Amino acid sequence: MSNIRLNTITKKFGTTDVLKGVDLDIDDKEFVTLVGPSGCGKSTLLRILAGLEQPDEGQVIIDGKNVTSMRPADRNLSMVFQSYALYPHLTIRQNMMTPLKLRDLSTSQRLPLIGPFLARKEYKELFSQVDRTAKILKITELLDRKPGQLSGGQRQRAALGRAMVRNPLAFLMDEPLSNLDAALRVHMRAELTQLHQRLGATFVYVTHDQAEALTMSDRMAVMMHGKILQYGSPEDIYQNPANVEVAKFIGSPAINILSASVNDYAQICIQNLILDLFAPTQEPNITIGARPEHLTFCDDNPTALTGFVQHIENLGADLYYHVKIKDEQRPLIVRSAAGNGKRHQIDDLVHVKFDLNSTLAFAADGTRLQTHRKLMDELAS
Amino acid sequence: MSDQQPTFRFSTSATIKHAVLILGALIVLLPFYVMVSYSLKSPAEIMQNTGGFFGAQIPFRDDYCVKLGNAIADCMVTPWIYNYTTAFEKAPLVRYLLNGVIVTVSIFFIQVIIALPCAYALAKLKFWGRETVFALVLFCLLIPVHAIALPLYIMLAKLGLTNTYAALIVPWTISVFGIFLMRQFFMTVPDDLIDAARMDGMGEYSIIWNVMLPTAIPALMAFAIFSVVAHWNDYFWPRIVITGNRELFTPPLGLREFKGDADGDNFGPMMATAVIIVTPLLAAFALAQRRFIEGITLSGMK
Ligand SMILES: Nc1ncnc2c1ncn2[C@@H]1O[C@H](COP(=O)(O)OP(=O)(O)O)[C@@H](O)[C@H]1O
Ligand SMILES: [Mg+2]
Repeated sequence: MSNIRLNTITKKFGTTDVLKGVDLDIDDKEFVTLVGPSGCGKSTLLRILAGLEQPDEGQVIIDGKNVTSMRPADRNLSMVFQSYALYPHLTIRQNMMTPLKLRDLSTSQRLPLIGPFLARKEYKELFSQVDRTAKILKITELLDRKPGQLSGGQRQRAALGRAMVRNPLAFLMDEPLSNLDAALRVHMRAELTQLHQRLGATFVYVTHDQAEALTMSDRMAVMMHGKILQYGSPEDIYQNPANVEVAKFIGSPAINILSASVNDYAQICIQNLILDLFAPTQEPNITIGARPEHLTFCDDNPTALTGFVQHIENLGADLYYHVKIKDEQRPLIVRSAAGNGKRHQIDDLVHVKFDLNSTLAFAADGTRLQTHRKLMDELAS
Repeated sequence: MSDQQPTFRFSTSATIKHAVLILGALIVLLPFYVMVSYSLKSPAEIMQNTGGFFGAQIPFRDDYCVKLGNAIADCMVTPWIYNYTTAFEKAPLVRYLLNGVIVTVSIFFIQVIIALPCAYALAKLKFWGRETVFALVLFCLLIPVHAIALPLYIMLAKLGLTNTYAALIVPWTISVFGIFLMRQFFMTVPDDLIDAARMDGMGEYSIIWNVMLPTAIPALMAFAIFSVVAHWNDYFWPRIVITGNRELFTPPLGLREFKGDADGDNFGPMMATAVIIVTPLLAAFALAQRRFIEGITLSGMK
């Protein structure tokens, strides 16, 4: 059992607030991802959890025990670093032995030369532990090489191996895939997810790549400027972002954001277009968000926006049309399956309609507004 | 491609560069040439500057031997054999060499034991006043040894440590240069490596000896050469703190044995001693050459 709680963690570096009161609950065996743009404090939070950094305020609680002032090694967590951080002068086997030796052997047993002689049984046990882990990760034939003689992907596995050998309470990973090439990264995503299931351990995974977070996690925490903006399942965060920043950050290509207004009947209007969508707000100016897959081409009608195709991104299965709308700075991005209906060409005049069930509305300060298809709903509630 | 003959092309700029380099090398090598040459020649050849590099190696009469009452025929010696045997006989050169090894090796080891933790703290630990301490280190780099020689000597004398190995070793055990060099090197070691070691359960000292030291071998080799060369060749300091007790003489002090004797300067054996003194350094350099150059460019670490 290992559930991890972070309690109102704050951290300053000099005068800059890096973490501004972060709370996070991680259940046993959960795969939790911290995702956010670079510099938002993800690594700092993970390092506080690991014990490599002290929080200014707040507690780190593991299994109900306050470990805030405990040394990193005593927390029994292991960490995989972005740069892998393997000891360059040791072979992979020795790299993997190091945490085991430090945990399981006495000082005299760790001595070079005479140590292995004194504690033959213990060393045998450690060697077999290393071999078992190496087998799981399929790195047995790399064990006698030094990190410098391995490729990026192999080093990645070796670093995972060093983290895995001692059966930690939880694995902490700080952007472990970002030094790999694109194909390997996608492959390793799947492999890490499988490893998570196989080990049945808690994973806390830091990434700036929202696609990694969406594909791998049980729950993801979206962090921005030192705060967790939203914590929930990937589906929930994708479909129900709590505010406009989360909506913009999650999803690729990014969600389309349009400025809109609310008329006296609480109806949402974009430019001259009155949508059949209601937002219960007094503020006249709001923004709406529509993901590329929630926009479709249609014939000219009063609920559609009109514009010109500016650019077409062909991804094989899908086409992304960039549609320039009059008076909007950024083009709308519309997804359409490649085999779907008529192909538009650049400079074609097109009409775009919203999937009103999935269109999101945000107040001027960025918070999410509930929308309704009928004014009645709102009046009734 | 590879079996194609490299075409020779004359290039003026390359020729000039090489000419200048060769000239520089000759200027540097000339004293060594003289040293080796004198160590092979007889006193007469040295005085008259004859005999080329090797000398004629015609046996000559050893006056000292004659003075001891031996027959003249027994006192005829071949110059180079005479020079080298005298070097070992007249002064306990082996003892001096041993002293040199004891002193330089002890100095280097203690320097490393002190410099590595200091450098690690200055490069990788955060503590109040770190920048000030580092500024002090830089400041100490500017102090010439000779400026503090007298106070150092007085302190050692008050402690009754003159004429001991301690007097030769202790003043040099804290090397600011070593601290500075290793600190600069440690700055390039990624923080993640240290954090990984902490996660594995290493303490700070364990990190220094088990993680930092092995990665710093190239820089340490460079420092070793600087330190060993400086203290092996040092004449100034041993001359001050070792007075009289020949048992403690280091090799450069040994050279003095041949200077200003009653029978005049004895250049042949003196130069032979000099050759014997520099040979270990040259041999060490030849063995460690690759490492040394790596260390100087600090490119061994990647
Ligand atoms: N040791 C440090 N000293 C000073 N500032 C730091 C330190 N570590 C991180 N920061 C600052 O804290 C902020 C958050 O850093 P980090 O947690 O590494 O972000 P992320 O991992 O999300 O990219 C950054 O602005 C960074 O400059
Ligand atoms: Mg980071």
